[in-house]
Amino acid sequence: MTAKVAIKELYKIFGQRDKEMVQLVKDGMDKPTLLDQHGHVLGLQDISVDMQAGEITVIMGLSGSGKSTLIRHLNRLIEPTAGEILVDGQDVMKLGQADLRALRQKQMSMVFQKFALLPHRTVLQNAEMPLSVQGLDADTQERDARKWLDRVGLAGFEDRFPAQLSGGMQQRVGIARALTANTDIMLMDEAFSALDPLIRTDMQDLLLELQKELHKTIVFITHDLDEALKLADHLVILKDGAIVQQGEPQHILLNPNDPYIEDFVSDINRARVLRVRSIMEPVDRDSFDGDVDADSSLERLIAQSDGDTGLVYRVMQDGAQIGQLNMKQLVKALVPRARSDAKGASSPK
Amino acid sequence: MAAYEKVFDTLGLREWCDAEKEEAPMSMAQLLAQAQGEEGAAADAPILPFPSLDVLHEACAQIGQTRDLTEGLERGFLSIRNELKFVLDPLTQPLSWALDGTLYVFESAPWWIMIPILVIVSWFASRSRGVTAFVGLVLLFFAAIDHYDVAMQTMAIVFVCTGLSVLFGVPIGIGMSKSNTAQRIIIPILDLLQTLPTFVYLIPLIFLFSVTESKLYGIAIILYAIVPVIRLTDLGIRLVDKDVIEAANAFGMNAQQKLTRVELPLALPNIMAGVNQTIMMSLAMVVIASLVSAPGLGVLVLRGIRNLELGVGIVAGLGIVLLAVILDRVSKAALSRVDKQRGHH
Repeated sequence: MTAKVAIKELYKIFGQRDKEMVQLVKDGMDKPTLLDQHGHVLGLQDISVDMQAGEITVIMGLSGSGKSTLIRHLNRLIEPTAGEILVDGQDVMKLGQADLRALRQKQMSMVFQKFALLPHRTVLQNAEMPLSVQGLDADTQERDARKWLDRVGLAGFEDRFPAQLSGGMQQRVGIARALTANTDIMLMDEAFSALDPLIRTDMQDLLLELQKELHKTIVFITHDLDEALKLADHLVILKDGAIVQQGEPQHILLNPNDPYIEDFVSDINRARVLRVRSIMEPVDRDSFDGDVDADSSLERLIAQSDGDTGLVYRVMQDGAQIGQLNMKQLVKALVPRARSDAKGASSPK
Repeated sequence: MAAYEKVFDTLGLREWCDAEKEEAPMSMAQLLAQAQGEEGAAADAPILPFPSLDVLHEACAQIGQTRDLTEGLERGFLSIRNELKFVLDPLTQPLSWALDGTLYVFESAPWWIMIPILVIVSWFASRSRGVTAFVGLVLLFFAAIDHYDVAMQTMAIVFVCTGLSVLFGVPIGIGMSKSNTAQRIIIPILDLLQTLPTFVYLIPLIFLFSVTESKLYGIAIILYAIVPVIRLTDLGIRLVDKDVIEAANAFGMNAQQKLTRVELPLALPNIMAGVNQTIMMSLAMVVIASLVSAPGLGVLVLRGIRNLELGVGIVAGLGIVLLAVILDRVSKAALSRVDKQRGHH
C-alpha cells in the first residue's frame, strides 16, 4: 500500500548557506555544534514518515522539536533544505507556483493553533473562503459552507464575526473552513492546544466523529501525549528535529525505545489509554470469567472486574475470540517500569 | 596676512592659488572689514579660525566661497528648470483642473444644496447623529458669520488634496510593505518631506510653475500631506497578523487575492488613521499655501498678519480649527465604525 503522503529523508536547516550544511549534518554533526561552528540552526533532520490514507497521523513533540516546521513542509509554507515530499506519488517540491496553489486549494487544507480566521468576515464568509479562493459560484460556496458549519455545530452563528465567538467556537469555524475546502488531506497544527481542557476533549471527540464518517488523511500536531494517544492511528515522536520513535501508539506506549519517550509515557493515565487488544495474550485455556471487547480501555475493564485481579477474560472482536486477558497482566501493564523490566528479562535484545 | 596662507605656501600650491587670480566681488563681510580699516580687522582676527571655505578663500583664491555653493545650487536648478517644467507641467496639469473644477463646484453651488449634501455625506461616513448634527451646525455658523465661501474653498482644496494623497499614497505604501529595499529608500524621503520647513517646498515650485496656477499649491499640499497615509499603509500591512497571512497562503490565495481580501481589509483601520492625519496636514498646509495664491480661510489669516488685522486673523484661524474638528470627527467616526463592524467591542 503506497502512502497518501510520504516524507523522505527531509532536512531543514535555517541559515544563509543551508544547502552546504546538509552534508555536515548527514556526516553526523549535531545541532549545538552546527550552531556553534557555522551559525546555522538545525530544524529537521532525516525525517521519513509514511502517512496512510484515511488515518490520523499524529506528530508529537515538545516546543522546539520542529513539529510545526514539519507540518508546514507538507504544503510548502516552509521550503525544505533537502528531501522529498510525495503526495499521491507526486513530488510537492517540483511544483511551480500555480500548481502549488492548486495543491493547497484542492488537496490540503489546514487548521491553525490560533484559528487564523479573517476578523473582518462573518463566520459564513470564513467558511466559504476556500471555495471563494477557487472562484466557485456563490450558491455552491454558501451551500457547502452552511453544510459544514452545521456539521460542526455552528448552525445559527453564520452571521456572527469571529471575535464574537469563544475560542472553541472559533476553532469549529476553522475546522468547518478546512472541511469546506473538501480536500483529502487535513493538516492540523496544534489545533486544540489553545483551548480549555474540557473544550479540547469536545473537539477531539468531534474530530474522531467526523473522521469515522469522512476518512480523511489527517496530520495532527500536538505537544500533549494524551491527545496524541487518543487521536493517533500512527504516532511520530519528534525530539530536536529528529524522529525518536514512530509506530502504532499502543505499541510505543508499551515498548518505548528511548529514555526520552519513557519519561513522556510515565506521566499518562495508562488505564485510560491502553486497550485490551494491546496487552492481550494468546488463548491457553477454556474457561473464562467474562467477555471483553478488544477495543475497550483497561479502565473500563477494571470497573467491569470490580478490581478483582484473579479473573481472566475472553477478548472478543466482531463476535469472535481473538485472545485472553489475565487481570494480573493488566495490573502489570499499568506500571511503566515493571512492564519494561519484565520485558527486558524475558527477551533481552 | 590671511590665516592658512602659510599652509598653501609650504604645500607648494602658491602658484596654483594665484593662477588666473581675478577680483571676485567682495562679500559683505569683506566690505565691512575694509570700511573698518585693515589694522582693526587684523587685530580682531582669531588665532586659529576654522578652515571654512570663506577663510581658505582668503588664503587661496582658487578655493570657492560658501556663497558659490548656494549660487551653484540655484544655477543648477535654473539650468534644468526648462526640462523639468517640460516634463512636470503636463503631468501635473490634471491637478490644476481638479482643483479649479472642485473649487468651482463648491463656490457656485448654492448653500441650500451644499450644506445638506455635506451633512448627508458626513452621515454616511460616520453613521453618528451627534457628529452629523455638529457638522451641520458648524457649516451654518460659517454661513452666519459670512465665512461660508472661504470655508468652502478651503474644504474643496482639502478634499482634492486628500483624495489624491490617498490615490497615490496607498499604492506607494503597499509597495513599501512588500519590499524592504523600497522601505529603506522611501522612509528617508518621507522623513525629509515631513521635516522640511513648509515654506521651503514652495521655493522650487515657484520657479517651476506660475504662481497663478492652482497646481502650485496643490503639489505643495500633497507633498506635505501624503506622508502619513504612506507610512500607515505600510505599517498597517506589515502589522497584519502573520497567522492570517499563513492561512491565506495555506488555502492557496494568490498575491492579488491576499492583498484585496486579507491585507488591505485588515490594514484598513491603520490606513484610515493615516487618512485622518493626511486631512489634518493638508488643512495645516492650506494656510501656508495661501502665500502662493491658494484661496480660502488661509488668505484671511495672511491678511490678519500682513495688515495686523487682529480680529480677521483670529476669526479665520478659529474657522480653520472648526473645519479641522469636523473633518477629524467625521473621519474618526468612520474609522471606529469599521472597527465596530468586526465585533471588537
